[in-house]
Amino acid sequence: MRFRRSAPCARINLAASSIRAQGALLQALFVALLVFASMTHAQAIEPMPFASHAQELRFQHLIAQLRCPMCQNETLADSNAPIARDLRNQIFQLMQQGKSDEQIKQYLVDRYSDYVLYDPPLKPGTMLLWFGPLLILLGGAGVVLVAIRKRNRDGIAADMTSDSGPTDNGEDW
Amino acid sequence: MSRLLPFFGFVLLVVLFGFGIWWNTQHDQSAIPSPLLNKPAPAFVLPKLYEPTATVSKSDLLGKPYLLNVFASWCVECGVEHPVLQAEGPTLGVLLVGYDYKDAPEDAKRWLAEHGNPYNVLIADQPGNTAIDFGVYGAPESFLIDSKGVIRYKHIGPLTPDVVATELKPAIAALQKDTP
Amino acid sequence: MTPELGQLALILALLLALAQGILPLIGAWRGNRALMAVARPAAAGQAVFVALAFGILVWAFVHFDFSVRYVADNSNLALPWYYRIAAVWGAHEGSLLLWIFILNVWTVALAAFSQKLPEVFAARVLAVMGLIAVGFLAFIIFTSDPFGRLLPMPGDGADLNPVLQDPGMTFHPPVLYTGYVGFSVAFAFSIAALLGGELEQAWVRWARPWTNVAWGFLTCGIVAGSWWAYAELGWGGWWFWDPVENASFMPWLVGLALIHAQAVTEKRGSLRAWTILLSIFAFSLSLLGTFLVRSGVLTSVHAFASDPRRGVFILAFLSIVVGSSLLLYALRAPKVAGGKAFKLLSRETVLLIGNLMFASAAAMVLLGTLFPLIGDALNMGRISVGPPYFGFLFPLLMLPVVLLLPFGPFLRWGKGDTTVLKQVLLRAGIAAAACAIVAAFFVHGQLKAIAGVASLTWLGVGVALYALKRWRDMPRGRRYPAEMAGMLLAHLGVGVFVAGVLLTESLSVTSDVRMAPGQTQHIGGYAFRFDGVHRTTGPNWRADQGVITVTRGGSAVAVMHPQKRTYLRGQVQTESAVDSGIFRDLYVALGEPMDGGNIEGAWSLRLYYKPFVRWIWGGGLLMMLGGFTCAADKRFRIKRIAESEIGESLVMQETRA
Repeated sequence: MRFRRSAPCARINLAASSIRAQGALLQALFVALLVFASMTHAQAIEPMPFASHAQELRFQHLIAQLRCPMCQNETLADSNAPIARDLRNQIFQLMQQGKSDEQIKQYLVDRYSDYVLYDPPLKPGTMLLWFGPLLILLGGAGVVLVAIRKRNRDGIAADMTSDSGPTDNGEDW
Repeated sequence: MSRLLPFFGFVLLVVLFGFGIWWNTQHDQSAIPSPLLNKPAPAFVLPKLYEPTATVSKSDLLGKPYLLNVFASWCVECGVEHPVLQAEGPTLGVLLVGYDYKDAPEDAKRWLAEHGNPYNVLIADQPGNTAIDFGVYGAPESFLIDSKGVIRYKHIGPLTPDVVATELKPAIAALQKDTP
Repeated sequence: MTPELGQLALILALLLALAQGILPLIGAWRGNRALMAVARPAAAGQAVFVALAFGILVWAFVHFDFSVRYVADNSNLALPWYYRIAAVWGAHEGSLLLWIFILNVWTVALAAFSQKLPEVFAARVLAVMGLIAVGFLAFIIFTSDPFGRLLPMPGDGADLNPVLQDPGMTFHPPVLYTGYVGFSVAFAFSIAALLGGELEQAWVRWARPWTNVAWGFLTCGIVAGSWWAYAELGWGGWWFWDPVENASFMPWLVGLALIHAQAVTEKRGSLRAWTILLSIFAFSLSLLGTFLVRSGVLTSVHAFASDPRRGVFILAFLSIVVGSSLLLYALRAPKVAGGKAFKLLSRETVLLIGNLMFASAAAMVLLGTLFPLIGDALNMGRISVGPPYFGFLFPLLMLPVVLLLPFGPFLRWGKGDTTVLKQVLLRAGIAAAACAIVAAFFVHGQLKAIAGVASLTWLGVGVALYALKRWRDMPRGRRYPAEMAGMLLAHLGVGVFVAGVLLTESLSVTSDVRMAPGQTQHIGGYAFRFDGVHRTTGPNWRADQGVITVTRGGSAVAVMHPQKRTYLRGQVQTESAVDSGIFRDLYVALGEPMDGGNIEGAWSLRLYYKPFVRWIWGGGLLMMLGGFTCAADKRFRIKRIAESEIGESLVMQETRA
């Protein structure tokens, strides 16, 4: 049995495909949404008193890497959820206190687990994730090399020597 | 032989997906496992809901285990959970601490008047900053904290009779084993 | 129009699909012409019934038939007619019906244009399409019936989702599906080739235009989705590496590898096994995408309603289709390395390298998308994989492709010529370096932006050099065959796309500001003056509409009207204002009133300056055009095959069987 938790993301997100429509469940969702939306109007747009443009950039970069714990795959930067707003404010406070990016991320991980990091940390568990593509690439490169070698050795085809001048045979284009 | 490689790779994938479907039926996908399990609960000082000038702190609650239940008047699922709390709360054998999350006090009081108040202690966190220390990200959530102030169990979502019977009560029993 | 007729139509379609799928295969195996001849009429019949079912559903939406549960859940009395039609594919059941409808469109096109293919081959191709249809029709009939009734009939439909009311919704899913589903044709060709022992050497040539068109549509669909997200969601983003986005991107990457592999196999006869395998992978990824989006296995904002039963069904279908085709491949793929040989320095080699990178990128995206699931399986807690992962590895994997791209056309088949390559390297390289240095001054040393300019120059000059070569070397009328023109367009598109991405990412400026009426903010060289907010109304909404006057260096640029709409039932939607241009977009989103709800006072606003963001989609569209142009090449129009050839192949089929 799955329960829909309250304080859903006030922003209805939709892009590549279509909307989740579950009839009665959607109704309940909207009711919850309205109940909350009518009380406080959480928005991701919040002017904050940054000391400098560089600080603003650092903040934007940071919150774009962090995941909203509540929502279905949204960053803290994009989410309207109340928890996202609270966390953005908290991150701003921590920045004002002089904490580094690493310390801020650690603060959040201590409370919400690695889930909030869109950049998976390099741990024994995530070795496969970070090195997998390299292994796949190396494996594929090995296969390609073998294929090229095999072709190279097969010195067949008279047309190999007859290729001269501008390509005008029907084969080229 | 190498031509069978794609086939075997695909079989692995299907096994993974089969597992995924099964796992989904057992777990709530939106629930994040708490990194605070078996760690000390964060220190907090929060005003009481009905007496805003008085406060309750973590040290006040040490010495006896308690169930910290995060709720709010705007939370639809809390309304579903509340009757369960009222029915089963007294039988649990632990203190019931109500944590009103991001709520205007009047709304909370009205909601409790309407739905009933099973809590022994009621604290309010309107700004929601202390809740961040607990790793709270919505309501309802429930924490079982033992007499030494360590979080021993967390449940995300409403407490149903099923959850109370299969998870919460055994967790409370485990507590009692530690402190005879 | 009774919805139950729709259900009946689907059942009849299923029966015809069974006939279409099974009988011609038996006929091809046994050499029975009567059974083989069942394919085309059965395909036509199935298409008629599926179109009927689809039409009935559209009718139900257009005529507000809320007795149909699906209609009641997805539309509303206040919804305009064009959005009502788009609502047909707004949720799971209807989108599946769209899927099978589009599959039938492709099948009918195939049936119509395959008259000149050898009978046995065509029968097998259509039969495979029929089997795919069987799976989807069965899925719809048994688990996802869009025609179920809702009684008692409600007076009005479900709450309107404002995001639904956008042209993007009308356009994006059908185009995307046309691409996705179109890979089934390449798949069917490959399976038919495997079944027939590949006696028709020309099968790849027949498959090419179909694959190119499908890939073109998929490109268009992805571009449309990205543009829609940018315009509608209002947060300036255009790609998030969300699981559902990735589900469409993986087939795109593999399809890209496929169209290049098909070129090699068609012209040189080599790498046949790779081409077949890639066709199977491309379509498998399309099916996989369908699974991922509907099974609930992954967390995504775009996912459809998940239901374990449906998930199991699609997984079973996926297993059967992909598993059996991979087994068939293992058993029947060409074992002998056929076709013409090639040296290390040749066009074949660079295409192989390119394909290696595309395939590795697709595998990386798959790994990253599935890793949260793997994490759950291995009990590692919930891990999130997002843009920092994909956005780091993908450019890394594509870098070799960008570097090698200009050389591709200059390399000969079989054996390349180093002098020409050195020329290209020098000219394109110097041009790129020069532009990079110039750009460095304009962008104040931002490396990503410089890289973007350098890439565009490198790729653009490479394309121009080759176009110039063709101009000089070939007589008029034979300079730019469609296939080559398509290639040049697509490769240019890559350059434009890369430039767009790198420049936007490095040079965009975003700012959340508090502005009182009359105040001005300067972003990216433009002055945004906030002229206050007033109330306005629309057909089914009321809005607070802001007025922002934008000037640059004193001269007026635009007046923008961002809105905050409240729809009839209370939903709030932010409609950002976008002033688009070829070289930059300006973007304003309204936040909240800052003076305690007084809309005439100060507001919070988000201002964006996004340079070159349109180049991202422009590049994508060039790639799409390239794909379509390529498919239009005269060479791919099937010539009538000599009677003797057909007789020969048939005899060989029979002895084989």
